[in-house]
Amino acid sequence: MSDAVASPATAAKPRRQLDRAVVRFAGDSGDGMQVTGEQFATEAAWAGADLVTLPNFPAEIRAPAGTLFGVSSYQLQFGSRRVYTPGDRLDCLVAMNPAALKVHQRDLKDGGLLIVNTAAFEKKNLDRAGYTSNPLDDPALEDRYRLHKVDITRLTMDALESVPLNVKEKERCKNFFSLGLVSWIYTRPIEPTVAWITKRFAKNPAFVEANTRALKAGYHYGETAEIFTECYGIEPAEMPPGLYRSITGNRALAWGILAAAERTKLTVVYGAYPITPASDVLHEISLHKRFGVRAIQAEDEIAAVGTIIGAAFGGAIGVCASSGPGIALKAEGVNLAVMAELPIVIFDVQRAGPSTGLPTKTEQADLLMALHGRNSESPVVVLAPMTPGDCFFVAYEAIRIAVKYMVPVIVLSDGYLASGAEPWLIPDLKTLPDIPVSFRTNPEGFAPYVRDEATLARPWVRPGTAGLEHRIGGLEKENITGNVSYDADNHDLMVRLRAEKVRRVAQEIPPTTVNGPAAGDLLVVGWGSTYGTITAAVEEVQQSGKAVASVHLRHLNPLPPDLGQILRQYERILVPEINSGQLVRILRAEYLVDAVGFNRVRGLPLSTEELREAIEQLLKDKR
Amino acid sequence: MSVTEAPKKYTKKDFESDQDVRWCPGCGDYAILSAIQKMMPDLGIPRENIVFISGIGCSSRFPYYMNTYGFHTIHGRAPAIATGLRLARPDLKVFVVTGDGDGLSIGGNHLLHVLRRNVNVTILLFNNRIYGLTKGQYSPTSELGKVTKSSPAGSADRPVSPCAFALGAGATFVARTVDRNVAYMEETLRRAAQHHGAAFVEILQNCNVYNDLAWNVLYDRETKIMNELRLEHGKPLLFGPVDDRHGLVLEGATPRVVRVKDAPERALWVHDDGNTWKAHVLSQLCTPDFPIPIGILMQVEAPAYEEVLLEQERAAIAERGPGDVAKLLVSGDTWRIG
Repeated sequence: MSDAVASPATAAKPRRQLDRAVVRFAGDSGDGMQVTGEQFATEAAWAGADLVTLPNFPAEIRAPAGTLFGVSSYQLQFGSRRVYTPGDRLDCLVAMNPAALKVHQRDLKDGGLLIVNTAAFEKKNLDRAGYTSNPLDDPALEDRYRLHKVDITRLTMDALESVPLNVKEKERCKNFFSLGLVSWIYTRPIEPTVAWITKRFAKNPAFVEANTRALKAGYHYGETAEIFTECYGIEPAEMPPGLYRSITGNRALAWGILAAAERTKLTVVYGAYPITPASDVLHEISLHKRFGVRAIQAEDEIAAVGTIIGAAFGGAIGVCASSGPGIALKAEGVNLAVMAELPIVIFDVQRAGPSTGLPTKTEQADLLMALHGRNSESPVVVLAPMTPGDCFFVAYEAIRIAVKYMVPVIVLSDGYLASGAEPWLIPDLKTLPDIPVSFRTNPEGFAPYVRDEATLARPWVRPGTAGLEHRIGGLEKENITGNVSYDADNHDLMVRLRAEKVRRVAQEIPPTTVNGPAAGDLLVVGWGSTYGTITAAVEEVQQSGKAVASVHLRHLNPLPPDLGQILRQYERILVPEINSGQLVRILRAEYLVDAVGFNRVRGLPLSTEELREAIEQLLKDKR
Repeated sequence: MSVTEAPKKYTKKDFESDQDVRWCPGCGDYAILSAIQKMMPDLGIPRENIVFISGIGCSSRFPYYMNTYGFHTIHGRAPAIATGLRLARPDLKVFVVTGDGDGLSIGGNHLLHVLRRNVNVTILLFNNRIYGLTKGQYSPTSELGKVTKSSPAGSADRPVSPCAFALGAGATFVARTVDRNVAYMEETLRRAAQHHGAAFVEILQNCNVYNDLAWNVLYDRETKIMNELRLEHGKPLLFGPVDDRHGLVLEGATPRVVRVKDAPERALWVHDDGNTWKAHVLSQLCTPDFPIPIGILMQVEAPAYEEVLLEQERAAIAERGPGDVAKLLVSGDTWRIG
């Protein structure tokens, strides 16, 4: 948080201008922290701030109350300049119970604002959080942070005295009290939240009344309570003009599919098996039956990919989303699509760890699986969105490439992009590239594996076309005729053709954007959801005059044709990833460059601060 | 299917592809292929609207030999692939060809779900009680104690009855037929192909290389008489020699074999192929205590999965019009900058 000049406050209390702030709401999974955070993000966005969010919740649906593993949190960074990440260290932490304090305190900056709900700091909750004494009684806490002990529960109950609800129902409104309070502290407008509450509880006027009152009570408490001596203003960010909305990565993926279905006028079959953190794509698709996208909840991951291969054989677009464990199960199906040269798109919303791992945490460790995790030579196109909103464009692009080249495409999203939200400039659909689809109907000179000269794609034939009846399958095909072939030279040829077809997708890739000087001391190369962290860290270092640049890859297979040339313009290459070094391995192998990795595999986004230090260290190290 | 003019009158030859058939000489699959090719013209469906989808195994080579659209897929997954195809293209007639290993071992899950969903596909399961393409290991329908390459001391696996499995999964059409009775097989396959919803046919098939005469009780003239129970809707369940007919009676839920001459005619079990409860009992009958039922065990009507989904789609469009992505993008909370 960098302090700006104090502005003449219109409020009774002085208002200090900031250019950014990082706020985290933390509480029990039943405390409504996700809703609170989402609403605060909406308020911040309405006031024109740029922002990035980081929801973080336990894998357990109803974790026992008060426990450390049951803590749910929602973090966001908002600011008047471009915001790339949800922030590393917190300027403000709201802890609704002792467990939340225990889990999150270490992320709060020294001198940061700490708001605690004192009512929750009683024996039972302290025991569950493993405190032997009440941490609020420890003077060290007050020395280190600007601690505000607020009896949020009692203040909420008092505000709702006349509302016809029972004690438990009233108590559940306390998250809106905290939201109101933080809204006042950061001068965010509460109108969007009032509107949201009114709509959300339309069927129950008492809940509308209660939550609205709690929200306003919190806001007014900030205004009047003497413990709060100042509030903070953040000017609107300079963002491209236009109509904005908030969007999460999973919703953007789903909408990208709908956009492609609308543009191609083709049926899309979406086959999926529920899995965290990809299920929301299935939920979103299932809501939109009017858009020509037919969703199947398949019996398992293998069937899910099977259904979309069947759909693609039928002349529809086959799409599915899953996460690592599910993608592993789909390998055989993907290879059938490789062999049969059918267009399918698979989203891998990556999560952390092998096996079940950490289902609700993020990671980028499926890159090598996407590229190579199938039997034999199995080339597929691999793309990766950089931000939640980018998921829309990458989903659309994946479908475009799949049908143009008759090839499977894997898109690597992750848990962070999936549930993270950002203000999104709503695109004009007319600006999206066209997705030309032509089905072969002419029997003259037809064979299942004759190829387009430019793309090497084989013809897409809809069953039902007279005169083009043909048989395909997973056995090796003779080029052109598509007949089963065990011929050694033909197999060698087909292996090369399948690879070449994917390589030719490179002609679709626009010139790589270099963020920073076109040559210099260090190039930072990333892919996927680390875009924000890398950009923020690189821009910080650039401000100190260093010749550092970054590129962020959306195409991972094939790689951009100009990448090799760009890599050679820098002394050193650093590849930050949330894995133990996967892209770095590929860059070293493909380009014979001495790239080094920056790797943290903690189930969380990379820390901007740590990355900046790593960049600075690398610049200091003489070769 | 929207056919405006009368479909071309096909002959068996129209359904023969140009590929050499590569099954072992003497394989039961030849008879099945021939019966299906002979039956196809009766369906009155344009050839281009027919798709055969198979998994892996000897039976799954089937699509290559049919001059229709065909997809030889991966082991056990044909039902899932067929489900996706039907949802994308409800105008197509889809057949699934599978075997006892493909359908009941590696693909058991998919077979279960295609049947319970009642996807409108015709499923032909060739049951030769052995893995043929991998050269002779026991299959999920091999008898307990079966000696094979992978079970030299006898298989410890108890076999599954494909028809009982299908009924348990909620199939709406279940039949059994034998490769050596081509005329009867043709008739059963036609009825299956004409069923609305998932039709399941177990075809008892001979693998003359790895499990020759596995169904000999139904082939051998002598034993066949006492072991084959022809199911005919509305007729008593009878078998045995002409001069000593045997029948079945149900005592509570327990079936029992009786000599017709010893039983009052009213007591005999009359086959009702609309009775799902009795079909479960029929599916459990096997030698040596009972004859093997051949024919249609059960056929009932139920909505097909993809039709229910498509009806939901039609209803949503009827109510609110076709989707408009531009409108969707600006739905909910938006704000303007600049």
